[in-house]
Amino acid sequence: MALTSKITDTTQIITVHSDRIDAAMAIQFKEDMRNVADGGAPRVVLDLTGVEFIDSSGLGAIVASMKQLGSDRRLDLAGLHPFVEKVFRLTRMDTVFNLYPTLADALAPPAE
Amino acid sequence: MGNGNCLDLSFTATEAEASVGIAQLSKGLEAQGLPPHKASDVKIALAEAINNVVEHAYAGVTPAKVQVHCRLHQNWLDILISDTGTPLPGFRLPDGVPAPLGSALDELPEGGFGWFLIHELTSDIRYEHRNGCNRLSLRFDFPNPSAGPKKAT
Repeated sequence: MALTSKITDTTQIITVHSDRIDAAMAIQFKEDMRNVADGGAPRVVLDLTGVEFIDSSGLGAIVASMKQLGSDRRLDLAGLHPFVEKVFRLTRMDTVFNLYPTLADALAPPAE
Repeated sequence: MGNGNCLDLSFTATEAEASVGIAQLSKGLEAQGLPPHKASDVKIALAEAINNVVEHAYAGVTPAKVQVHCRLHQNWLDILISDTGTPLPGFRLPDGVPAPLGSALDELPEGGFGWFLIHELTSDIRYEHRNGCNRLSLRFDFPNPSAGPKKAT
């Protein structure tokens, strides 16, 4: 599982370079997220643009990643493929995370 | 389509082989004509059912094979998943109750969604344990394609 990170102002963007986050890679994903996000900005945006498939283990790994950040940092999700969005909606995790259709949407200044 | 198109796949019940197998089955079913609007549901439920076999049926024992038999009919898809691992608790299907989200960050569930998703996305589920074999049947119904889509999406 390859993750890359870029920090701008108060936001850290972490991009997932895999087309799936599933049971086979969930533990590795959680570990990599812990390492990459360590000491970063208060807001973390996870760019899922390249992810076409996620299962409940992958979803659990994203939830675990948010918990790892602690209560003073936040994890937002961007670039959700319709399939990935559906898994979040079915499990009601769409009520827990801020979901943005694209990375640009996630980085746009808040609307008035 | 007569008795339907068949697609069979068998693989060792490890996370790595399951990951490849699930992707292969999803691709194969779409190639055989599974309606695109149903493909997501099938992919999610199939992945959760196979992951359950890998994580629970073969937990603590040497993983043997998972066998997946798919039969695609014009208006429905049957999938039979068989394994020789540990039976489901009480020899019955778990309820599809989703894990509660809780009210605080550290209460958020990191699992417990598998059976909920399977129940939610299938039209029918059956389970039996016979001759040392777990057999989980999933059925997905979809409207007649000739009737046209019910609503635009």
